[in-house]
Amino acid sequence: MATQAVPKLEPIKPGVVPTKDWTKPQAIAIPKEGYFESKQGRYGPVFPRTPACHGFTIIAKAKPGREEAIRAYGKTLEQAIREMPDALSVLKLHYLRWVLFDVGKDKYFMYQGIFDTDFDKYTEDAVALFTRYGLNTVFENLEGFPEDWRTNVPAFANFLHEHQCPSFLEYGEYPFVTAEEIKKALALKEAFSKMLDLMQ
Amino acid sequence: MLDFEDIQHFLVARPPALAARYEFLTFANPSCGRKWLSGIIDKVGTAKAVASTSQLDSRWITVAFTWNGLKALGVDEGSLATFPQEFRQGMAARVEVLGSTGANHPIHWLGGLASPDLHAIAILFARDVPERERCRQQHKDYLSECEGVEILSSLDLEAIPPFDCVREHFGYRDRLSQPVIEGMGVEPTRGSGPPIKAGEFFLGYHDEEGAPPPLPQPAVLTRNGSYLAYLRLEEHVGAFREFLRKHGETEEEQELIAAKLMGRWRSGAPLVLAPNHDDPSLGADPQRTNDFNYREMDPHGFACPLGAHIRRMNPRDTAINMQRRKMIRRGGTYGPPLPETASDDGVERGIAAFVGCASLVRQFEFAMNVWVNDPNFHELGNERDPIMGTQDGSFDMTIPKRPIRRKITHLPAFTTVRGGAYFFLPGIKGLRYLMTLGNGCSSIAHEEVLT
Repeated sequence: MATQAVPKLEPIKPGVVPTKDWTKPQAIAIPKEGYFESKQGRYGPVFPRTPACHGFTIIAKAKPGREEAIRAYGKTLEQAIREMPDALSVLKLHYLRWVLFDVGKDKYFMYQGIFDTDFDKYTEDAVALFTRYGLNTVFENLEGFPEDWRTNVPAFANFLHEHQCPSFLEYGEYPFVTAEEIKKALALKEAFSKMLDLMQ
Repeated sequence: MLDFEDIQHFLVARPPALAARYEFLTFANPSCGRKWLSGIIDKVGTAKAVASTSQLDSRWITVAFTWNGLKALGVDEGSLATFPQEFRQGMAARVEVLGSTGANHPIHWLGGLASPDLHAIAILFARDVPERERCRQQHKDYLSECEGVEILSSLDLEAIPPFDCVREHFGYRDRLSQPVIEGMGVEPTRGSGPPIKAGEFFLGYHDEEGAPPPLPQPAVLTRNGSYLAYLRLEEHVGAFREFLRKHGETEEEQELIAAKLMGRWRSGAPLVLAPNHDDPSLGADPQRTNDFNYREMDPHGFACPLGAHIRRMNPRDTAINMQRRKMIRRGGTYGPPLPETASDDGVERGIAAFVGCASLVRQFEFAMNVWVNDPNFHELGNERDPIMGTQDGSFDMTIPKRPIRRKITHLPAFTTVRGGAYFFLPGIKGLRYLMTLGNGCSSIAHEEVLT
């Protein structure tokens, strides 16, 4: 049986800025470290923006017996956003996914965020938000989370870095498009529709 | 209540001065550094002493140390390790964070500022140049008695005439907004936001987050202290004027371009309040010149471009946690002014300034990393601060305009970082602690640590 020939691809050179053409889906394979070249941020290495935006995946072991407490905070966040839809706007998020899963007898928590900012840049703002909306409690249910996180941003940032599992592949159907651009495009579409209605 | 008898005056009071001198020092051994300090400590002005007079007294100098300097004076390793990482590393090691690359990189810095031998700075503000020269000589004479203490380099500063207001070399009116510290009895001018908790600038006080964060050790050294980020920023006046001429046909157009880069006319009048024409009386009126916001008054940047210098350095109501990002700026201009009609003379001139804060990483480094040098600030995509960002000809400047925006590509560098350093500015008790290190006199200090 003839196998379909896989086209031979030119290897992507590290450091080469990928094209930001949103019409052309892109995938990018990321080295083990999570970045192509080491670049120092205020609190640790800076992770690159990929076709699937910035983001991180934090995986940490939950303290025994804390599953319900963690789940309960899903409700807390739901409520917070309902009451104040722009509560998290500073984080420039596309999506958050919180997952609980088992490894042997242990419970693990995964916090995955896809956003448009380099997290290192807004670490303090994030810490302030977590305090305000009670998100701290989710992290406080995780092993190794610094008890003095409220006054110790470097320790908080360090916890995130230690528990971050960088992607080795990221894909974007509409690469490098920000949430703001999507919202602007939808608003434009709406405005045009209204305009066309008015011209009938 | 702030301990004005202990806090150095530098970040609190600003007596009128037309000249200044910075001397960057190195200590060959701990004892010579301590000896130098003990002879000079009485000339270090406290906030209380300086605030109680309107006259500038040349006795008052300011003394601050790098982390290497604290080490060189004999602060023990355990204590040294309690200082924040960015201060321990020093500015030269943090340039990736600050974005000081290319021509701004420490390999090009002047005056030995990137060297681990930089231990201390002595800052003198004088009422005029002759007085500055008298003090320079006096310090020189004193240093000849302190064998082992050497001047690595120095920088003389002079205000730019005419002295009707503070200006920098590009001609912009400077010093238009300064944070007001809570508890000092000063009412912020309109639009400047509420007073800021003292802990944002001085260690050991409540800050905008709440209770005072833990002090680096020993507490007697660090209480009432602040961090200073020093930057020597060369201003390429010739290139700046050429740029204005290239992008504006008439003088009026050139002034508008200059205003769009800054966010204020050179008179200081903010574009948000004076979008089309300069209004010098507005620029000169402290009650009006900051009385504006962006979110409601100029959300799209039609008056003040989103990437303009003042919109980056103080995004006002378009950023959160602004009370935690404020800094106190001190400093002045150096080098001779370039006459308006002259072409560039190749002489270095610029601003040599200090940013005072309680956290270099949260305040100063954030401002440099995010506000000044993040190309994606406000989703701009490919822009940096047009005045003080790291520019290499590959970034743009967007000027929103109806119906179609104006985009200036390949923005040249108008400034270059020629040096920088992180210092710790101790209170008077902290200086006394350093002075008495190593001779058994610091037992009182250590007792305080334990309480």
